[in-house]
Amino acid sequence: MSTGKRILLYITLTVSGLVMVFPILYAFLISFMQGGELLQGSFWPESFSLVNYAAAFERVPLLMYLWNSLLVSVLIMAGQLILCSLAAFAFVFIEFRGREWIFYLFISTMMIPWEATMVPNFQTVQSLGWLNSYAGLSIPFFAMAFGTFLLRQQFKTIPKELYEASQIAGISKLRFFTGVVLPVAKTTMTTLAIYSFLTAWNMYLWPLLVTNNEANRTVQIGLKQMQTQEIASDWGVVMAGVMIVILPTLILLFAGQKRLQEGLTQGALK
Amino acid sequence: MRKVELKEITKTYDGKIDVLSSIDVTIEPGEFFVLVGPSGCGKSTMLRMIAGLESITSGELALDGKRANALPPSERDLSMVFQNYALYPHLTVEQNITFGLHVKKISKKEQKVRCEEVCEMLGLTPYMKRKPKELSGGQRQRVALARAVVTEAPLCLMDEPLSNLDAKLRAKMRSEIRQLQRKLGLTMIYVTHDQTEAMTMADRMMILSNGRVQQIGRPLDVYNHPDNLFVASFIGSPPMNLIEAEVSDSMLTADGHWVMPIPNEKKWLLREDKVMLGIRPEHIKLAKESEPGFFVQVANVEVLGTETLVTFDFGEKSQWVAKWSGQYDILPGTKLRITVDNKHYAFFSVKNGKRLDRSPIPAAVKKVSS
Repeated sequence: MSTGKRILLYITLTVSGLVMVFPILYAFLISFMQGGELLQGSFWPESFSLVNYAAAFERVPLLMYLWNSLLVSVLIMAGQLILCSLAAFAFVFIEFRGREWIFYLFISTMMIPWEATMVPNFQTVQSLGWLNSYAGLSIPFFAMAFGTFLLRQQFKTIPKELYEASQIAGISKLRFFTGVVLPVAKTTMTTLAIYSFLTAWNMYLWPLLVTNNEANRTVQIGLKQMQTQEIASDWGVVMAGVMIVILPTLILLFAGQKRLQEGLTQGALK
Repeated sequence: MRKVELKEITKTYDGKIDVLSSIDVTIEPGEFFVLVGPSGCGKSTMLRMIAGLESITSGELALDGKRANALPPSERDLSMVFQNYALYPHLTVEQNITFGLHVKKISKKEQKVRCEEVCEMLGLTPYMKRKPKELSGGQRQRVALARAVVTEAPLCLMDEPLSNLDAKLRAKMRSEIRQLQRKLGLTMIYVTHDQTEAMTMADRMMILSNGRVQQIGRPLDVYNHPDNLFVASFIGSPPMNLIEAEVSDSMLTADGHWVMPIPNEKKWLLREDKVMLGIRPEHIKLAKESEPGFFVQVANVEVLGTETLVTFDFGEKSQWVAKWSGQYDILPGTKLRITVDNKHYAFFSVKNGKRLDRSPIPAAVKKVSS
């Protein structure tokens, strides 16, 4: 690549990067602005004080919300990983009549939008008495067709001979699953874990529907609360809240970036 | 040591086409038994049926005299080496070898002792802490062997274990596996498509084609007395030279003008109109001046050091190969006069490919004893 081309490429990348990061960057700057500063259209805050951050924690029980979100996300992540991997294992390693047919029926549920099933799901959760509970927030998300599909494709790359060798050695199915399949599919499992954690963390509509007390609300609803509590929103405080909320997401993304990339591009090369 | 009996074993997937039909064989304890045949002949299926990885459609499989058709693989007390080795990629060599031993109620200490013994025997000791991807093909192969040996199962099944190795390593491993089998007194069932492996390793071999048994016997018997055209052309490298010949008035005529007298002891040939004539490459000789012979034109010469392969045109369509020991400097295009002692002729039926002559083709096995 010639130098000129390279410079052009870097400029394009930098500009695109700035465009992408601008909303977050601006939110970050606003989180330090006081009262009318934003309405005056200023871009840079007059001073970097943490007043808004303190206010965010005072106005809504943000810590409680963060804890709820964390708990619900981890629950959903764990539930999805366990159920998806077990389902995928059955679809790949256990032979039963109509296996392919059931699998396609299973993944065809990916075409039904979550919102379409919201009403029946709500009624189910309500009749089970799970409103305002962690169970109601997490269990409806445990079964995921996408995760099962992703893991099935990964498990299919595991040579059948490994399974046969363990059959001859007399290793049980469960032991083969935990001792061979899961370690071999580690990368994909991590990808799925990050993906499901982030999706769960960013959930808004469902927690709004099934919770109506502070004890179980998640952080995304807390943000909305902050915005609508008063007639005129104090954007500085709201943005401070936003910063606190996206922090775990960012940490997870940076920590898992390598794995996530590996996972998402897997199969592209082979 | 275990005895394996197959009685009228048949396998079909769709109920119409038999992948294997009426396989009948008894494999004796301590025997090195080779299943050989071209790709798709059903040899791997047969092995997998013995292992219990494939169901048996009909017939009976007996291990040590007990019916074992429905026995799960783990209860058959056997070990298996797969073509792609089937090593667990995330485990070290040591873990790979001991993985699964806990099922057999072997203590951790005993596992370690056994693993070290096996590694010592197969020269794997320096690599015990490595992962399979850090090993060469030959070393991986040894790990797969070690895993089979460590279970101390009396019956070992191998499915083309050497086909991923280069020629030199293959020859080395061939002899290693054979020695190991003798040392441990294993009953071995070994699948290969390579007739050299079958010839060099087997106590007895079974030649399969299209799911049917073509011949079962000791390698030299099979080589010297092939039962049919398939075996004749499959076993031996280069393969047996074959040509169709017409029978008339005590003469054999091949391709219109190659005329050979029918030997007196083979007058029964006169019952046939046409036969397939087969001659092993090593039985074609250069004719001396006093001998009758045929003129042929040399098409290609391969000098291998200890022996020379000479390909020449025989008749209009076919090419024959002669194998002479020693080094010959012959240019393609040269005309040679060749001869074959008629006691080396093998005759096969044109109709069904079966060998017509039941008397053995004389072979020159030289016995050496200390």
